[in-house]
Parts: sequence; C-alpha cells; structure tokens
Amino acid sequence: MGELKASSTQILEPGAAGGAGFATTRLEAVLAWAQKYSLFMYPFVTACCGMEFMSVSSPRYDFSRFGSEAPRFSPRQSDLLWVVGTITQRQAPILKRIYEQMAEPKWVLAFGTCASCGGFYDNYACVAGVDKVIPCDVYVPGCPPRPEAVLDGLMLLQDKIQTGNRTPAIVKPRQDPVVEPNIGLVQLRKSRTSVA
Amino acid sequence: MEPLDQELDEAELEMPTEPMLLNVGPAHPAMHGTVRCVMELSGEIIEHVDVQVGYLHRGFEKMCERGTWSQVFPYVDRCNYVSPMLNNVGFALACEKMLGVTVPERCQWYRMILGELARMSDHLTCDGAMAMELGAFTPFLWMIKAREMIWDLMEEETGARLTHSFGRVGGMASPPTEHLKANARAVTAHILTVIEEVEKLLLGNRIFLDRLEGVGVISQADAVSLGWTGPCLRATGIPYDVRKASPYLKYGEVDFDVPVGSASDCFDRFMVRLAEMRQSARIIEQCCQRMADSGPVNVTDPRIILPPKEEVYSTIEGTIQHFKIVMEGLKLPAGEVYSYSEGGNGELGFYLVSDGSGTPYRVRIRPPCFLITAGLERVITGAMMADVVPSFGSLNMIGGECDR
Amino acid sequence: MSKALIDLIKTNFGAAVLETHSLYGDDTVVVEAAAWKEVARFLRDNPQCSMDMLTDLTAVDYPEREPRFEIVAHFYSLGKGHRLRLKTRTGDSEGDEAEVDSLCDFWASANWMEREVFDMFGVIFKNHPDLRRILLYPEFEGHPLRRDYPADKIQPLIAYRDVPNIEKIAPFSVDEGMSFGRQTHTGRRHDTDDSQVN
Repeated sequence: MGELKASSTQILEPGAAGGAGFATTRLEAVLAWAQKYSLFMYPFVTACCGMEFMSVSSPRYDFSRFGSEAPRFSPRQSDLLWVVGTITQRQAPILKRIYEQMAEPKWVLAFGTCASCGGFYDNYACVAGVDKVIPCDVYVPGCPPRPEAVLDGLMLLQDKIQTGNRTPAIVKPRQDPVVEPNIGLVQLRKSRTSVA
Repeated sequence: MEPLDQELDEAELEMPTEPMLLNVGPAHPAMHGTVRCVMELSGEIIEHVDVQVGYLHRGFEKMCERGTWSQVFPYVDRCNYVSPMLNNVGFALACEKMLGVTVPERCQWYRMILGELARMSDHLTCDGAMAMELGAFTPFLWMIKAREMIWDLMEEETGARLTHSFGRVGGMASPPTEHLKANARAVTAHILTVIEEVEKLLLGNRIFLDRLEGVGVISQADAVSLGWTGPCLRATGIPYDVRKASPYLKYGEVDFDVPVGSASDCFDRFMVRLAEMRQSARIIEQCCQRMADSGPVNVTDPRIILPPKEEVYSTIEGTIQHFKIVMEGLKLPAGEVYSYSEGGNGELGFYLVSDGSGTPYRVRIRPPCFLITAGLERVITGAMMADVVPSFGSLNMIGGECDR
Repeated sequence: MSKALIDLIKTNFGAAVLETHSLYGDDTVVVEAAAWKEVARFLRDNPQCSMDMLTDLTAVDYPEREPRFEIVAHFYSLGKGHRLRLKTRTGDSEGDEAEVDSLCDFWASANWMEREVFDMFGVIFKNHPDLRRILLYPEFEGHPLRRDYPADKIQPLIAYRDVPNIEKIAPFSVDEGMSFGRQTHTGRRHDTDDSQVN
C-alpha cells in the first residue's frame, strides 16, 4: 500500500478505496489537466517584450484559446508568472516579492532574452536573467520573441504541468510550415516553403 | 435618550485626518510597466505625489561607449520600442549630420514611409491602451489588429516585427521590397477604417468623454517650462512639430497639417494622436507617389557603407573597405553634434560626442517622455485617484525611452 | 547658423565666455561655472534670445582634463526658433568639487534632468529642491557614467539564488531541457540518428 498523499485525502472518489497509488495518479492527472488549461497569468511587464505580449494576447495569436485567458493583476490570484522584459537590479526585489506572494503551485515563464539571460544588457543595471532571483520553468528566447515562439513556450509549459516535470526548458527556434502567400493585406515577396 | 451630537454644528463633527500613503507600485497594470507613484491621498484627492522612474534603467548610454557607432542601432531601437524606426532614423541623421553626408532621395522617402508607419504604430498603441484602461477593451483589440498589419509590413521590409535595427549611417540596411508601395497603401487604408470605427465606438460614449474631458489639464506655460514636446505639447495649443519647424528628410516637400488641441486635457491628447495618424497616412501616400522605384538607397561613401559582397570577394578595395568598417568601426570626425527629429512623443534629440575613433565617446538621447513624465506630478496633483489612469495613459510614457 | 546669439552673449558676458564654436551648425558657448546661472537667466529673459525651453541638460566626462565634467545644456526658443548649446566645466580629477548652480528656478525641466546628471556623474546642483538619484536606486554607490566606473560592476539589491553554477543554470546546451514534448528543432544532432523530426 502506498502512502496516501495529502492532495488525495481531501477529495477521494467513492469506491476508490484500495489502490491509493492508482487513484492518486488519475487524480493528479485530472488536476494537472485542469491546471494547465486554466492558467491564470500575472504579466509582469517591463519593457519592449510587453508589445509582443500585447500581440500574443490579441485576436491574431490569442493565447486565451489555450485557456490562459485573463490576466490577473494580483499575485494572489495567479499561478503563472510571465516575466516580460528586462529585469533591472532595482526591479529585482519587486519581482521576488511578487513571486513569493503567489500561492503554490506556481510556474514562471521568462518571456524574452532579457528575462532569460539578460540579453545584451551586460552592465551594472540589469540582472542577467530572471533565474538569478526566482526559479524559472520555461525560457522563451527572442528579442522580442515571435508570438508563435511564445505560444510554443506556453504549450511546452502545459506539457510540463501535465507530466509534473519541473526541469527548466527553453523553446527552440523552428520554422513554420507553409504560410499563406498573403498575410492579411501584406504581400510577401516570396512564399515561404516547408522545412524538410 | 437624545442623540449626543444634537447641539453640535456639522463642522465640529469632523474627525482629525491624515493623508493616506498609497503606493501605486512599479508592478501595476496602469503604470505602463515600471513607474512608481507614491501618493498621499486625502479621500480621493491626491495631495502630493512622488513619481519614481528608473525601474527600467538599462544603462543604454554606457553600453554605447563599448561598441562602434553602428552597434548603437539595436540599443536605440529599444528606447522608444513602439516606434523603433523613428529612433533608428533619428540616430542615423545625427551621425550623418556629423559626417556631412546626405542620403540619396530614394532613401529619404523610404525612411519617411517607415517612420510614419512607426508613428502610426505608436499612436495606435497609446490610444488603444488608454481606451483599454478605461474599460473599453474592444477598441484596443481593433487597434492592435491594425498594428499587426503595420508589423507585417515591417517584417517584410526589415525582417523583424518590432526591433528592426534597420537604419544605417548613410542609408538603410537593405533596399525597399517590390511590394512596399502596394503594401503601405493597403495598410494605411485599413488603418483609416479602423480609426473611423474606433471613433464611432468611443466618441459618442458619455462615460469615455466624461473620464477624459477636463481631466489631466496642464497649462501652456507649465508645459513649455517642463520641456514638453510632441502630441502632449500640441494638445495645449502650441503647434510645435520638428517636422515643420526644422524640416529634415523630405518633410518640407510634403503636405500635411499639424493637429493642435485647445483644452490641454486627456481628451485632447487622445484626439491629437488620432488626428496625427490621419496626417501620417497623408504623408505616406505622398511619399509613395514620389518615391522612385529604383535607384540607390545608400550613399556610396567607402568610409561608412559596407560594399556589396561581390566586391568584397573580388576587389582589393572592397576587402579593405569591408575590413576597416567592420574591425575599426566607421569613424565620425571629432566633435559634438545635437540632432533632433520628431519621435513618437516629441523632439527626439541625439547629442553625440566623438573623439575621432570608431568608438562613441558619449551618446546622449534626449528622451521626450522623460520630461513628459516629469510633468506627471503637476498633472495629477489635486486630481482624483481615478484620474491618474487616463492622465498617465495619455502621456504615453514609454519605459525604454524614459529610463534608457 | 547665424552667430547673433553667440555675439550677444559675448557682448554681455565677455569675461565669462571661455570659448565659442559653431561646429556642424550648432552654436555653442562655453562659460565659466560661476556665470552659469546668470547666462541662463539672460537667455530666458532677454527678448532677443527668449529661450523658453530648456530641451536638454546633460554632462560629459573628460577624465584627463581638469575640470573634468562638462555640463551641456541645449536651449530652444519656440517663438524665434533658434537654438543654443551652453556649456560649462566643473569638477576636479577625482570627480569631487563638481558643483554648478541649479536652473530649476527658470525652467521646470531642469529638475529631473539635473537629478539625472547627479545620478550618473555626481555633479551637485546648488539650490536644487530635491537632489536625489532618479534612474538608480538610493543604495547604489558611485556614478556609472563616469569613465572610470566599470560598465559591468553590479551592485545587486537582493542576493542571488543559492544554487550551484548560478552563472550557468541548465538548460544551456542542445541536449538539455526539452526532454519531452514536441521535437521542433530541424537540425539533426547525429548523422547516424534515424529518428524522425517533425
């Protein structure tokens, strides 16, 4: 008999008496499913990546279709901290405080190169990456990253939440398959081809 | 029993009060990123506010001293990051003023088209964010959708949506694409329809008007003394626009008006930006008509422009030219220059000090919204707490430019 | 550029004017630090100058010179449309004794710009109503835009996390990190590897 985990003692399905391991796994899988598709985010927006954040939240790229709908501007009500933009030494204590105010379980997504590793601001004023002050789960590099890369990062985070993995991960660059010859109103000079 | 206060006057019932200290901190949705306002409130009225900026100070000026002149372009991009092309063009103009070169005509038109598109992107973001903070979420989404079209065009031209680093001293990084004019015309036509839709949605709305009219007023004398420029100054009634006062590129040859407000409140600042977008569309149309479809974009000065790759690999002059520019950096003559252009928020100035080597000695950006944010104190003192949101939104504080 | 402004200042402040030039079309006047406030007042009040806007106030550090700092102010007149650059020099080779009068009485824009010069260079502005750091935090020591301040010398406000190899937190190599989820990189890591990539 495995140990009953604290999370499963509160909501135990009737009939799942023995095999606490089995019920726990299924329960955690269901909880993880619910968590990953209802991430309440705290957008800690500081700099230029904030503009791409606005784009990702806008109708064209729209992260709300991943369940991550409304930004909660209170750390108490959110479980995903989006660190968007450069973190300076002056801003670092505030970031740490916001992170500490969030309740478990919580995740951190470093949006942009400055939040991931400091970018080209290797100077007296900036913190070389948000992981110097708070633990980070997903890094989305780019200056600023394309919205598609951010959505990759969000999906990667959702995978991690589902499997319960806390190892940090970076979003790798990739090329999208065939795009329409016209995006909206803008004609492209050559249509992009798929990548083998 | 009779109530105890029956005999007392109303005035004598006042309890002693102290102002309440409210910290509208650096992490706040309406603070556009990173401004901290420490306010002393008496009820809803703000008695005193201490505006603290600098939470996004990234050491731009120090970093410029470590590279070459052309390595400054990525840094200036990230200053006013909603209209990065205007920063690029401004810095390129400053270097060219020092070198004494004028870019070819085709490049001037090209810079104007991209610059005005960047200006439209800036105003769309500012007005959209302002509307969103007042609760009007739909116009924000429409304006961001319109901004996406501009960014598609920018991506097609420069390769990047937001931080292009496309300007070069003596020209641009690459010539215009063949569809530039068609794209620019299509995009501006669409943006004009979006602006019309937004006007229909917002300008008849009683709540929107009440929250903006008469709010965040500043006097003309105060604005001038504070060094305000750009849409915020024009909303007070002073028609100062660098493009008209000291025309650069081809602004002297195109026809456009400078919208000016009268009441100098948030509503005027909002409307001045909307009107300026229409004028930008006019400028873009005229530039498209007058820009040649072929011709050089960069000056042919071997000291500052990289030669075409075929020449680098086949002629010795090309190799040497390429080597010197890449290894030593292009050299500006010793001295100092102050060059100014109309950025998204006003007079964007660059004060460059050169010692004759390829490394900048001092690069100073004169940030228009640093001074505009300095005026925030004057604007919101005496106003109500709820007025801070539209007032601050209408000033268009861009953290990258304010704190550098 | 016309030299009228330069001549006007020279006529009224002859002895205090150290040098003038009009390089690249910008009229520039360098005055003694003691005359800084008076020349500024003249520029604002004299009807031929009427500089109603102080557009920029900054400093440049020349450590091999004495005085070390050059305070640079740019003025613009909305009415007349002319500009002027006014400079003065102050500060010894260590960067101390750098004092100049504040222009806050004449232009409100001087307030924050002088605070920035103080923050970045350490120049004290006499009679400034509120001279404290603006872009950096109060705990910061030193003045970063001085040439002798190393650009990458950090002064963190909070201690960095206590993890091993904080400088190189995983994942930083190709094999680290994305151990599950979709394979989205297009390059093959090993030529002999036959695994499919999406």
